Amino acid sequence: MAKRTIEPLLWLLFSAGGVASAMLIPALALLFGVAFPLGWLSPPSHEHLLAVVLHPLTRLVLFFLFMLSMFHSAHRFRFTLYDGLQIKHLNEVVNLLCYGGAVVGSVLGAYLLWQIG
Amino acid sequence: MNDRITMQVARYLPEGDAELSYQEYEVPYPREWVVLDGLNYIKDRLDGSLSYRWSCRMGICGSCGMTVNGEPKLTCATFLADYAPGPVRIEPLQNFPVIRDLVVDTGDFMRKLTSVKPWLIREEEKPLSEGEHLQTPAELDQYKQYSMCINCMLCCAACPVYGLDSEFVGPAAIALAQRYNLDGRDQGSKLRLDVLSDHEGIWGCTFVGECSKVCPENVDPAGAIQRYKLTAAMDSLKSFLMPWRGS
Amino acid sequence: MYTNYHPRWHRKPMSTYWWLERRSYLAFILREVSSVFIAWLVVFLMLLVRAVGRGDASYQQFLDWSARPLLVVLNIVSLSFVVFHAITWFNLAPKAMVVYVRQRPVPGHLIAASNYLAWAVASGLVAWLVLGG
Repeated sequence: MAKRTIEPLLWLLFSAGGVASAMLIPALALLFGVAFPLGWLSPPSHEHLLAVVLHPLTRLVLFFLFMLSMFHSAHRFRFTLYDGLQIKHLNEVVNLLCYGGAVVGSVLGAYLLWQIG
Repeated sequence: MNDRITMQVARYLPEGDAELSYQEYEVPYPREWVVLDGLNYIKDRLDGSLSYRWSCRMGICGSCGMTVNGEPKLTCATFLADYAPGPVRIEPLQNFPVIRDLVVDTGDFMRKLTSVKPWLIREEEKPLSEGEHLQTPAELDQYKQYSMCINCMLCCAACPVYGLDSEFVGPAAIALAQRYNLDGRDQGSKLRLDVLSDHEGIWGCTFVGECSKVCPENVDPAGAIQRYKLTAAMDSLKSFLMPWRGS
Repeated sequence: MYTNYHPRWHRKPMSTYWWLERRSYLAFILREVSSVFIAWLVVFLMLLVRAVGRGDASYQQFLDWSARPLLVVLNIVSLSFVVFHAITWFNLAPKAMVVYVRQRPVPGHLIAASNYLAWAVASGLVAWLVLGG
């Protein structure tokens, strides 16, 4: 049997995260990062936003959005470092930094969404 | 005579040069002349010592690939007049070691090409008496595009990952693997998967997409690689979730 | 480049700045760099969720904080990179996915178009939920 690598699974996470982040992050970033701060739109009340975030479905979607986007980002950044800076010999450090960061971020995200309720 | 164009041709003599140097030649460029005609003019009339590969002059043999003004091109399909008033810079293909002048070593490419077993693999050969394997036009369409590859190596010259990562199999070989994987007569996709899916065979590709842009036969290796990644990833997910099914 | 060493062959190592050599390479590396901005936006959104969870006061604090000029500039830059990521992603999607309907491949531009449609619907849904439906 040929040796198994984890590469295909990382690629699946990368792709799923690519779709999730492309679909949902632009709208969220436009609203909370630009439109509300610049006063184009008035931000929603805290009460309303809390109600939205407390819905289990929102929390589930947000968790997957955070987790997948972070793995997407980690995977892409890893290859940017490999190819753009030609530091493939630092393989282990780069992997630990990228995927380790994504794992920590996902756990943090899960904790955040869990303790809110 | 102002109907001449300057060709700056890379020269490298293995006997003494440490670096490539450039030599300038003035050549005529009638409307129908391609870069290869210019090189042949230099070789015949101006400087017989120039070395380069060519054969068919009609985009089939795939041996005259060179870097023309920084872009990988088939010199038999690239018109000199398109570069007027010049100069046109001709260099050997990138990402390959230069043997002499414009001639590169193709060993790495050839080894990787055969590593993907680019031939029809059958679990059991059908006896001749049973006749041929029939295919419908729809079955032919599945892989026809990938069978147009002429092994000119332009895609590998355009691919930065091919130049950076020695393990990466390269666009041409993966597209060729797909040509056989998608052929209804072939039963060897499992064998090819073992070669390509493990280590960096396909995973080094970051979808720069240049390979498909430079391909003179519109093969689209970049698309082939992404499709192949999806197949390989699904396959590995299955064997991860259902290990008892084995391989 | 990976043929065995031969003393008389010329090898040109790839420059560290190879991605500056061609426009398409530069566009590629910019697309890849979008990953950094996506990571930042995820952190930003997680901070928002945390602030909302902690009550009205900390939500207002978050809104004030996000209106700082430096942060607005960072978020505008990040937004442009994410949009660039989304566009390149949807344009390339048909290359990886070949869908057959009644044994005929669906043309690539239709697959890309359905991706853009889904993007519009998803964005509309987000706006509707956030702005209070």
